[in-house]
Amino acid sequence: MRLSRFSRTTLGVITAIILGIVYVPLLVVLVNSFSTSTSLTWPPPGFTLEWWGRAFRSAGALEAVSTSVQVAVISTLISLVLGTLISLALQRFAFFGRDAISLLIILPIALPGIITGIALNNFFRTIMGVPLSIWTVVIAHATFCIVTVFNNVIARLRRLGTNLEEASADLGAGVWTTFRLVTFPQLRSALLAGGLLAFALSFDEIIVTTFTAGSGVTTLPIFILNNMFRPSQAPIVSVIAVVLVLISIIPIYIAQRLSGSEQQRR
Amino acid sequence: MTTHAPVPRPRETTARAASVFLSTHPRARLALLLTAPLFWLGLVYIVALVLLLVTAFWSVDSFTGQISQTWTLDNIITVLTGSLYQTVTLRTLGVALLVTIIDVALALPIAFYMAKVATPRMQRILVIAVLTPLWASYLVKAYAWRSVLSQDGILEWLVAPFGGSTPGYGLPATIITLSYLWLPYVILPIYAGLERVPDSLLEASGDLGARTWPTLRHVVLPLALPAIIAGTIFSFSLSLGDYITVNIVGGANQMLGNLVYTNVGAANNLPLASAIALIPIVIIFGYLFLVRRTGALDNL
Repeated sequence: MRLSRFSRTTLGVITAIILGIVYVPLLVVLVNSFSTSTSLTWPPPGFTLEWWGRAFRSAGALEAVSTSVQVAVISTLISLVLGTLISLALQRFAFFGRDAISLLIILPIALPGIITGIALNNFFRTIMGVPLSIWTVVIAHATFCIVTVFNNVIARLRRLGTNLEEASADLGAGVWTTFRLVTFPQLRSALLAGGLLAFALSFDEIIVTTFTAGSGVTTLPIFILNNMFRPSQAPIVSVIAVVLVLISIIPIYIAQRLSGSEQQRR
Repeated sequence: MTTHAPVPRPRETTARAASVFLSTHPRARLALLLTAPLFWLGLVYIVALVLLLVTAFWSVDSFTGQISQTWTLDNIITVLTGSLYQTVTLRTLGVALLVTIIDVALALPIAFYMAKVATPRMQRILVIAVLTPLWASYLVKAYAWRSVLSQDGILEWLVAPFGGSTPGYGLPATIITLSYLWLPYVILPIYAGLERVPDSLLEASGDLGARTWPTLRHVVLPLALPAIIAGTIFSFSLSLGDYITVNIVGGANQMLGNLVYTNVGAANNLPLASAIALIPIVIIFGYLFLVRRTGALDNL
């Protein structure tokens, strides 16, 4: 099949238009963060830096960021450990129930967030009698973050094969030494990529979070949800959004560099 | 030149003994790998899901507000026969299907362009362009659409000179916003799937005389189908459970998620909420069961 010049151009134009439209709402948020109007009026009646100043002095916003970072870091660490273990098990062994386990891993993201949310809410409150807290959020987040680590690590393991590990064992290294010096270094970039995704997933999660967060726990998405409809706070939400997108360029850049160096090595 | 010292005999430590045991007993190795993750997923997730199912058969004491653990089919019957639940289920299903169709229609040309037409450099730029909106908060994007679609928003400002007007808040706004939110989740698996289709197959098809459309239909589509279905699982499932977007741009419309949410929170009727939550569970499991044979689940 050889695409004509015309269809190549058409495809390119369609792609450009759709991706262009994707960025329009984000640009509207950027402009609104400088707007003097608090009610999303377009075009903005005037411009001000007031919201940017207030956002960086808002105690609630800063505290919410710190809560979100804590939750995301801990649940990412848990999911890194569990995800690596389970991908090693599923990739290196054939056993009864393997397909059921791989379905079990994707279930927390294949089922709507509200199901995970209400199931865990019911589990903690009614069944276990545990009060909701920051830890119930961490447990919930780690559960659905496992899959992103799993996907990255198992893809890497598939490509690696077992030759190097066997060589290491033949040369006298034990199970631990082989993992530490042979397997782990080869998994490192896959773990970083999976961990970044897990962090992002946890940082932005709102539905499961509303069902599992204790009353005093305000993650950034909960803060945004609480303040979005308050006219005096809405532009601050826009500022937070712009900052988040700007900061996110760093992990995207790292992830791209990682996959770029992968491709060169192949 | 370095000389090689003879390898010293390993010391007999517990770690060494464990290592020897593990390397000679693969089943023990497997058990060690599986215990922690299965304990976690089993206890936290499966038990919670099963108990959700069980809770749907309990009831709430209307005086004390406490959950009474006596078995009853009342909640299930309410959900199955109540006209509110039927309407909302059909509405939610319709929204989820439309969002999925729109997303696949938008994602296919983009993913194809990225995987098969764009230069490697362009490809990398496009991947970043698709990924970046994912990092903007879900809420902020929904809120952005609220501002785009509002009566004095940018859309009204753009189309008013041509006699158009914004759809305002309601189901169309919900469908637009949800399609927007899940588009990257649909593009990425399809792009990955198309990238795995070797160019040589497309060339072979061309050499054998197939034109563009037959090649797309008979070569590309069957190979990319699992990836496309993987993408639809995301948009379908995420739309089916959403209740926040519809709150932000949906006007007074309710989806299944809203009914679950009000019954957990304000109405404090967890058994009824569980019974309602069974509807999307059944739908999703039905869908996963249907697409299981296509290999879509390996593409998630």
